[in-house]
Amino acid sequence: MADLAPPPISPAASGPLLQVENVVKHFPIKRGIFFKRQIGKVQAVEGVSLEVRRGETVGLVGETGCGKSTLARCITRLHPLTSGRVVFDGVDISRLSAGQLRPHRRRMQMIFQDPFGSLNPRRRVGSIIGDPLAIHGIADGAERKRRVQELMEVVGLNPEHYNRFPSEFSGGQRQRIGVARALALRPSLIVCDEPVSALDVSVQAQIINLLEDLQGEFALTYVFIAHDLAVVEHVSDRVAVMYLGKIVEMADTAELFGSPHHPYTVALLSASMVADPEKARSSQRVVLHGDVPSPINPPSGCRFHTRCPKAQPLCSVEEPPLTVQAGDPPGHLTACHFPVAPGERLVGAAPEIKAAVAGFAAASPAMGEEGKG
Amino acid sequence: MSLSPFEVSSQTFVAEEEQSLEALDASRAIEGRSPLRLAMARLRTDRMAWIAAAMIVLMALLAIVAPLVSTLTGHSPYNPDLVNGTNSFGQPYGPGEGGFILGTDNVGRDILVRVAYGARISLLVGVLATLLATVGGTVLGLVSGYFGGWIDALLARLMDAVLSFPYVLAAIVLAAVFGGSLPLTIGVIAFFSWAAIGRIVRGQTLSQKEKEYVEAARSIGAGSFRIMFVDILPNLVAPVIVLGTLLVPVAIVFEATLDYLGVGVGPPTPTWGNMLADDQGSAGFAAWWFWVIPSIALLITTLGFNLLGDSVRDALDPRTERLFATRRKSAVAGPAAGEPISGEVAAP
Repeated sequence: MADLAPPPISPAASGPLLQVENVVKHFPIKRGIFFKRQIGKVQAVEGVSLEVRRGETVGLVGETGCGKSTLARCITRLHPLTSGRVVFDGVDISRLSAGQLRPHRRRMQMIFQDPFGSLNPRRRVGSIIGDPLAIHGIADGAERKRRVQELMEVVGLNPEHYNRFPSEFSGGQRQRIGVARALALRPSLIVCDEPVSALDVSVQAQIINLLEDLQGEFALTYVFIAHDLAVVEHVSDRVAVMYLGKIVEMADTAELFGSPHHPYTVALLSASMVADPEKARSSQRVVLHGDVPSPINPPSGCRFHTRCPKAQPLCSVEEPPLTVQAGDPPGHLTACHFPVAPGERLVGAAPEIKAAVAGFAAASPAMGEEGKG
Repeated sequence: MSLSPFEVSSQTFVAEEEQSLEALDASRAIEGRSPLRLAMARLRTDRMAWIAAAMIVLMALLAIVAPLVSTLTGHSPYNPDLVNGTNSFGQPYGPGEGGFILGTDNVGRDILVRVAYGARISLLVGVLATLLATVGGTVLGLVSGYFGGWIDALLARLMDAVLSFPYVLAAIVLAAVFGGSLPLTIGVIAFFSWAAIGRIVRGQTLSQKEKEYVEAARSIGAGSFRIMFVDILPNLVAPVIVLGTLLVPVAIVFEATLDYLGVGVGPPTPTWGNMLADDQGSAGFAAWWFWVIPSIALLITTLGFNLLGDSVRDALDPRTERLFATRRKSAVAGPAAGEPISGEVAAP
């Protein structure tokens, strides 16, 4: 373990490790064969600001398509930003060229969602994990092999499996390979893009425990993206909730899960499953109507107003800023004109929807399942 | 002997179980077998591949021992020999006459020796041109697919242009300007062949570069060059090998075509193409061995490479594996069909 010594402390070690400032990412939609013209843009991330302190885990939750993964790829500069800044350990990395970025990549790694797609099927596990060491010229030959085997042991793999191919491992083992690869350069920050959502529940727990152990052992900072609220609640110190490319609420984990203010957060929390049937029956579910609007043409004002049970005319006109609401601790930010008060019951459109679904299901039993979806 | 459906299915089951046990054994080994080695193992069990390899080895041996054949028979591949090479009426010998195993041509040269020397040219051109075309097509296809944008637009249009070019006309013009020679022939064939490979490699690269492992490579700091040749290329090896194998016979026929038209390597070097051309006017169909023998040599070579290419594709393509396995296993399970099923299940 001698080689896995802590990384050198940089001059800016006192400030936050990562500052995301007003990051915007638009994907152009192009038409035409020879003369491509832009006919629109997908506004995947629309002005996100976020601060990650050293050693903490920031959870990022939201529905599919809300821009979580795009934000992760903007942070690690896998996507160029449309505008905004990403300051990593005091250095603005958002405008660096690929060559200038390389030394910073050593300290900022990523774990991917798909344990099958993220490992090259034609390369041996040893060379996959050893790649970061080779690219950054850290270790060669026998030394690299030794280090790779050490890493494999750290993440709970048999080092003798060095020469196997990814296809010879199970999903959980593959994710361990991904963790070992991310760990090889001894980074300070690891961005985990839904690291467990493709795994079985029993394996999810193993990987999460592994990540937590590694955090303690190697002083890691995580940005942890997931759509499973239970997982996020378990691993995160702070949680940010995203909706259509914007952060709608952000707070310490206990605060956010204990007294959510944004109607979207409330709906999201009420949708997660509770293991206790008594509690589940007594708890109130907020069913949002409609689908997430298209990020190509997002709603005006507050992006959530089209589905919000508390929406008022103001919401479609003016965008609420992400600020501390009256009576909240300083770290609890909410972007809402009419935040949900503790104990308030959000009913909204839920009864109509339920009635409609029930009526539809009764009319055609075979179609019932589809009607609900 | 007829089998009931039950017996047939249980045979297949036994065969599959054996196979899965094999797979288990393979995974127990500490070193995983690479996909290419697995493909080689599959290829080794393919009878057609062995036949094809034998045909190719036969022609390769003929090419290697060509000078020896010339020495042993005492016949030169180049010099006309109207004294010893023709009979008393001045007619060429047929196969087996006058000590000439495959007969002589219209100027008395030993056809066996010339076919052997022709094999050298055919195989050399076929393999070298294919190598050049494969390497060129792979590199340009990778670059085109990976970078996209104007580089892709340029290279993709170039591939279209090359593929739509009348290559025989181009070869005739080039031979007229520079004079036919071996390097020119190889160059012309390679130039008109790379685009077919380039196009497929480009398409594969386009799909591979969207995979998450490419993103993972970028996130650890890999450069474009490394991603193209270390990460993506190994995933393209299978189609490239198949295409390459199937390109060899095309190149050989291409070379024969150019030589037949007199714009290839050219006389006095014996090639199968100019043997076909030289002999057609004077002797025609009466002296059948003039054209039948080089044609057979050409046929064996191209058939060998084509069959091998098919087998290689079967071995490399996972989609055909199932079909291939059943074909193979039914042959294995055949003789044991009469045995009691319980005995077979107990066997492993």
